[in-house]
Amino acid sequence: VERGDLDYLVFECLAERTIALAQLALLDGTGSGYDPLLLERMRGVLPTARQRRTVLVTNAGAAAPVAAAQAVRDLGASLGQDSIRVAALTGDDVLAELDLRATPLGAEPGTLWDIRDRIVSANAYLGAEGIIEALAEDVDVVITGRTSDAALFLGPLMHALNWRIEELPQIAGGTLVGHLLECAGQLTGGYFADGGRKAVPGLARLGFPFAEVAADGSAVLRKLPGTGGRLDRQTCLEQLLYEVHDPAAYLTPDVELDVRGVVLDESGPDEVTVSGAVGRPPPDTLKVLVAVRDGEIGQGEISYAGRGCLARARLAAAIVADRWVEVHGRDRSELRTDLIGYNGCRPWLSDAPEEPPEVRLRLSVRSLADGVARLLAREVEALYTNGPAGGGGVTGSVRRSLGLVPTQISRVLVEPRVQVLSS
Amino acid sequence: MTRTVILGDIAHARAGDKGNDSLLVLVPYDEADFEPLRCALTTNRLAEHFSLHQRDSVTVSSAPGLKAIVLVLRERLGGGVTRSTGPDPHGKTLSSHLLEMRLELHPGWAG
Repeated sequence: VERGDLDYLVFECLAERTIALAQLALLDGTGSGYDPLLLERMRGVLPTARQRRTVLVTNAGAAAPVAAAQAVRDLGASLGQDSIRVAALTGDDVLAELDLRATPLGAEPGTLWDIRDRIVSANAYLGAEGIIEALAEDVDVVITGRTSDAALFLGPLMHALNWRIEELPQIAGGTLVGHLLECAGQLTGGYFADGGRKAVPGLARLGFPFAEVAADGSAVLRKLPGTGGRLDRQTCLEQLLYEVHDPAAYLTPDVELDVRGVVLDESGPDEVTVSGAVGRPPPDTLKVLVAVRDGEIGQGEISYAGRGCLARARLAAAIVADRWVEVHGRDRSELRTDLIGYNGCRPWLSDAPEEPPEVRLRLSVRSLADGVARLLAREVEALYTNGPAGGGGVTGSVRRSLGLVPTQISRVLVEPRVQVLSS
Repeated sequence: MTRTVILGDIAHARAGDKGNDSLLVLVPYDEADFEPLRCALTTNRLAEHFSLHQRDSVTVSSAPGLKAIVLVLRERLGGGVTRSTGPDPHGKTLSSHLLEMRLELHPGWAG
């Protein structure tokens, strides 16, 4: 913020599950409904950003953008920021508008209507439109719930460069810039390092990327001098394509983006010029993610080391599985067994011939029934005294499981709304 | 001349996820390897490498301008980030598994 001479700074904070978790926390009274880190981040950047006329844009509003905007306004006042203006964008919550009977579950038979009592949230991916409307109100901060990640960047670009949504080359270029920047450090060498050929200098002080965007939608990507990381064709390619189903048609609320002809030009050290994105009009529908309560996941872990560790870990797993059936009357097949350090990430591999020096047994279960997750954690703990020799370091945990059902909603049913709060 | 390679020696990769699908990008270090790679990475070979029972659960597409290959492994993540009970619900480690794949490259297959 101090050195970048930025017009806009974007914080993209929502994974697919985040809004549902925030909604559950709100319902339980254990959370505010917005990103728990929002105020800490704003405390760090707000005074300098206002001084430098950098507008902050974030989707950290999660399940409660208006409450988040109120909190940021109040924080601003407590930091001595006079006449601060914070916009909240809502309208992504479409639970009331969805036709549950017409929404299939996908992987399983039935529709959302059949499990309507388990629905937590339903949020549409809004486009840039609402963000532009908010920026037109001359605000310091824009806080949204669910939008497309790229829209958080495209909105400011459309506002600043006076692009209209029909100007497809520009909209495609701006969306591409958003897509590249949204994971921040993942463009500048984060999540990239692997041996000599993929060496990344200074990861402990990784510099985040920024873009200087031209009126035609092309852009120069950079990071600040003196920061760690690297920014080149290779790092850009991984970020550009790693979450794209179809490079010819990446669907966003604002444009159908075709990246096949994109040109990444290493125009300087740690500098890439990007151009050539092609856009087609977006579909008439918006993507919606519906989150559904899915019971609990329980897991327990225990370590074994030295000669015979694999056999002891397998014996331990067999003991728990036998008790699961004989003592608790449950189904053996609901238990998942992983041998961490041996086949945890790749259970399909045929057994390796060599025994590892140590192995960590991990048992897990997902169940809609009360107490089953806790039961598994307890059974693994009992291996301390009643299992094979030399087991150590038991941990157990229980967490919520959420199902996510993707669907579509007609645009005419979705109405972005902007509310501006000022001090 | 035909040569046998381990993917990680000639390309780099990153894995992502959308719901229960695993998405992977594969980028050859040397652009000259793009066409031979694209031809050698058949859905059959990929399904075998990832232990997928149906070859139609794999799609391979490419961005020729970018010399990069995009793979989609459908329904591969055991329920995805929110539901899988496994140690890597995102399937982020699948990129490293991809790079362990052994392939025969035929330079004559220019596309």
